[in-house]
Amino acid sequence: MKIGITCPYSWDVPGGVQQHVRDLAEALIDEGHEVSVISPADDDTPLPPYVTGAGRAVPVPYNGSVARLSFGFLSTNRVRRWIKDGGFDVLHVHEPEIPSLSLLACWVASGPIVATFHTAIPRSRILLVTYPVVRTGLEKINGRIAVSEAARTTLVEHIGGDAVVIPNGVATRHYRKAEPLPGWPGEGGAIGFLGRLDEPRKGLPVLLKAFEILGPRHPGLRLLVAGRYADADELLHRVPAGLRDRIVLLGQVSEEDKVRVLHSVDVFCSPNTGGESFGIVTAEAMAAGVPVVASDIDAFRQVLRGGEAGELFANGDAADLARALGRLLGDPGRRAELSAAALAAVAEYDWSVVARGVYSVYETVVLGSTEVAVTASGGDFG
Amino acid sequence: MITDIVIVIAAALFMGVYVSWRAGRIDRLHARVDMARAALDATLLRRASVALELATSGLLDPATSLLLASAVHGTRDSTGTDRPRDLAESDLTRALRAVFSQPGFLTSMKGKEGADELLAEVEAAAHQVFLARKFYNDVVAATRLARSRPLARVLRLSGRASAPEFFEMDDSLVAENTSTPLSL
Repeated sequence: MKIGITCPYSWDVPGGVQQHVRDLAEALIDEGHEVSVISPADDDTPLPPYVTGAGRAVPVPYNGSVARLSFGFLSTNRVRRWIKDGGFDVLHVHEPEIPSLSLLACWVASGPIVATFHTAIPRSRILLVTYPVVRTGLEKINGRIAVSEAARTTLVEHIGGDAVVIPNGVATRHYRKAEPLPGWPGEGGAIGFLGRLDEPRKGLPVLLKAFEILGPRHPGLRLLVAGRYADADELLHRVPAGLRDRIVLLGQVSEEDKVRVLHSVDVFCSPNTGGESFGIVTAEAMAAGVPVVASDIDAFRQVLRGGEAGELFANGDAADLARALGRLLGDPGRRAELSAAALAAVAEYDWSVVARGVYSVYETVVLGSTEVAVTASGGDFG
Repeated sequence: MITDIVIVIAAALFMGVYVSWRAGRIDRLHARVDMARAALDATLLRRASVALELATSGLLDPATSLLLASAVHGTRDSTGTDRPRDLAESDLTRALRAVFSQPGFLTSMKGKEGADELLAEVEAAAHQVFLARKFYNDVVAATRLARSRPLARVLRLSGRASAPEFFEMDDSLVAENTSTPLSL
């Protein structure tokens, strides 16, 4: 099948939607489909062969922050040309409610269109979605996908209509192998954490408390922490002075280094206290084959198969977390067992599986429909 | 003796008149601040409504329309975003600038019905915001200076009126990193 995919955000900026589009496109190509992606990108950015650049995205205030988006008549003309030349059987737009390429594609295209909604839409934006110009574009969509139940709920309640939920996948092969960071995990063992440090729901305070209990009992045990933070000093001052030099803060890391971090530790910890719908980071650790200790919130219970594919501890309980971590650090046999179980469990979240789900949506919308074309009226700027 | 009394009374009278003139001046300045603020509000509202008209005109692509409409929406007090007015108005300025500074934008609008008038109106409204804010900040500066003088402070000549605040926002018609003016 010939598939055209639009990405609303700049390809050269890391982000969840861009990663989703990349992984989906690659999984579909692996399945033997012909895929073309159009995305905003700087002219000098090296792009994969399946990506067409739509020009530089313009930083512009949107919804209280600055977003880099593609809009205007030049972008519209590029999208038109891409659709005209592409001869796609199906057009798959991502985040069409954002003022960028996907919305433009809906406007200029006719034929089978599938849309994926990634975020729960805040109330302030709902008025705008009902706004005539946008409405016309959204009404052309034949099949809708939401990446989470929360995204689906806002769609149903505020825009109307329904969507199938197909969660994000994990590109497991990207995580399988990587060189550990120099000197890691080291003799005394290492625990890893990934995520926003200043977001309390990510649970770092619980892990620090547990480390305070474990530290004296396991000399040489270190903690490797990667993620964005505002105030590193404030964070380190929460643990006793003697333990501080055993905590290594990496700050925000690249996608590549993230995989290396996962391969640099003996145990990975997901202490999130709530607010996770899936736990992508935990699934990535599983894909790297790292034994995982996670809080027993619903999302982790599900991905870890109720504790078969990783240890669960009582949510928010630092003593229980310390016990679980201590037990694993002292038992290499159990770690190997969990690693194998995690790799097996995460396979069902692999992009190849997810892409097949998306493909069946394509198959449904192309039934009895012609190929994607440009409309006569929409977006002709000559 | 009598001349002394006359001089004292005259001095006291003069002081009284002077102080009341100073108080009256501060009062008048406050009134001018109110008027300038009302004028500024009116120009901001006018700019927002013209920008919204452009957004809904059908002249633009839906992405640009949505951007502009969303920026206009953000300037209304009733939104749930809690973004302060000055930041929200600056957002609208930047959104307009992003639209107008696209290379070839004006050429692309040529020949479309009503486009020239509407774009000219947007530009005029944006320029009026620039002027109204300048005048408002001038009178605020004068008022704050008058209030800060020792006599005004000791005798509390400004009464219970609170000191007026400057209104800071990005209202520049010229794009930051190029020297392309927004103007037609």
